[in-house]
Amino acid sequence: MSDVLPGLPLGEQAPPDPSAGFHRLHPLTPLLRGWKVFAAAVAIAAQQAYGDVSVPWLLGSVAISVPLGVAYGWLAWRNTRYRIGPDDLRLETGVLHKRSRQVRLDRLQAVDVVRPFVARVLGLAELRLEVAGGSSSEAPLAYLSEESAHRLRAELLARAAGLHHETPEAPERVLLEVPLARLVESTLRSVAVIGTLVVLVAMVVITTLNHAPGLLLGIAVPFVIAVVPVSVRSVITHFGFTVAESPDGLRLRHGLIETRAQTVPPGRVQAVRLTEPLLWRSKSWCRVEVDVAGYVGEGQDHASVLCPVAPRDEALRVLARVLPGVDVDAVALAGVPAAARWLDPFAWRQLGVGADDRVLVTRRGRLTRVTDVVLHEKVQSVRLVQGPLQRRLGLASLHLDTTPGPVTAFAAHRDQHEGRALVDAEVERARLSRAAAGPDRWMTSQVPPPAPTVHR
Amino acid sequence: MEPFDPPGEPWVRVSPRLATLRRLLGAATGLVVLAGAAVALYLVATWLAVAGVVVGLLALGWGWVVVGRSVRSWGYAERAEDLLVTRGILRRQLVVVPYGRMQFVDVTAGPLDRRFGLATVQLHTAAAATDAQIPGLVPEEAARLRDRLAARGEAGAAGV
Repeated sequence: MSDVLPGLPLGEQAPPDPSAGFHRLHPLTPLLRGWKVFAAAVAIAAQQAYGDVSVPWLLGSVAISVPLGVAYGWLAWRNTRYRIGPDDLRLETGVLHKRSRQVRLDRLQAVDVVRPFVARVLGLAELRLEVAGGSSSEAPLAYLSEESAHRLRAELLARAAGLHHETPEAPERVLLEVPLARLVESTLRSVAVIGTLVVLVAMVVITTLNHAPGLLLGIAVPFVIAVVPVSVRSVITHFGFTVAESPDGLRLRHGLIETRAQTVPPGRVQAVRLTEPLLWRSKSWCRVEVDVAGYVGEGQDHASVLCPVAPRDEALRVLARVLPGVDVDAVALAGVPAAARWLDPFAWRQLGVGADDRVLVTRRGRLTRVTDVVLHEKVQSVRLVQGPLQRRLGLASLHLDTTPGPVTAFAAHRDQHEGRALVDAEVERARLSRAAAGPDRWMTSQVPPPAPTVHR
Repeated sequence: MEPFDPPGEPWVRVSPRLATLRRLLGAATGLVVLAGAAVALYLVATWLAVAGVVVGLLALGWGWVVVGRSVRSWGYAERAEDLLVTRGILRRQLVVVPYGRMQFVDVTAGPLDRRFGLATVQLHTAAAATDAQIPGLVPEEAARLRDRLAARGEAGAAGV
């Protein structure tokens, strides 16, 4: 067993000894995990206490479960270790059921540093390595000290880029910051919130006329409880949203209680969605979401937000940095034949699709306008689908399949012959773009991997 | 060119034995359900049971025809860079999957499929929405297709 302090950077070369080079997680990890067990125990106890459970029972359950939780956490900690090689990260876990996982660094899709509230208090952080496939984060290193989490992130990104692992963390340039006032206002300008306010006002008027204030409370309180947490949570998770760029990719930072610092290396963004809700349009605001392979599974949906709210031109400027050489507004969109009005009477005029040599852009929606942008080189498959009614009208829908995420790009109700032409053209463009795509190790085109280019 | 026409060469169609298998399966379940319904209706009125059986048999006959058309609608074509799969009579679909995008290929055959000498080849990409499966292949053709897809996928492989 190596007794190396957790989170220290690697030595120059890993010696042949099999346990060498392995590191432990931070020793406070079991306490943090134990805290979760404690919270669960209290929650269960509180639930039970609504029956007639005595205080000693409650205290007893806490007294038993917490040491058990910490003890298990300690065992799990003892049995967890990781090692960073030139090409991979090895993570060994498991008390009874052992697991050794190898993550190829050139396939790294994103590296996130997540700091839940309690971990922040203790100065700890979780490092999440996201790779394509799988149902959630495949290699979470929880928990490391904040400092080693950041150092490790820099090292992983340097190795993933094909640089020497002692390359210092790349400098960054802030592209966009979302002010709190705009974030709050954008949340208030949602149909749910405005609808709630209208209903509340109506209720106040009605109950005042009826002289029944009790009724107001009875209806209004559940109503508010249903809407407020969603809006508040959105503000809290996106609090202080900052988008920055650096040579090792896009950096996003946000969060009030749990903070999250995401790094998405170049070439990892698969597709982009711009959303413009009706009530944001007077401000010409939009929201930007991205598909990144790896941001899938439980609680990962807000990891896909590139920008919660920004003026459209500012968002497009950020987009131009994320997808270099792509100008969404310059892509001419073609509308659909008038026959589509039978299938989409309300918004058929808004349907559009267009492509240039980098991306295919689709647009739809009248109340909430949605623009999807898919890079040709990231298209996984192309589909043409025609339902029975579409067949009568001579229409067909084009679908571009991308990795799981918020973006589902499709161009509904095209003329069927045009649809087939779009399929063939897209397949050809995707083939050309794939052939011209950059390497997974994004710095290797400039610097060969073994060259020790250390800038100090 | 019609929107669901093959790209140059004609579609390779799947085995008509798939239609036989599906018809037998459909007829077996249909007849069981029909028998149950007939008994239940007989308890109400005899003429109702007779009418029910007539309607049921007509539906089965219609299903017989539809299964044939549905199986005939499946087709695939291998091109230099991608595989095309088409299918459907009511809802028609055409899928183009570049070989370089394939993550893995499945060949499956249930007990009845094996009895009838059939197998299904399914292609998976990194997108969950990719819907590219070809049922009703002769096992040798399925194995050949799998190997060729794997080889071509290797040649044209790209990162996600």
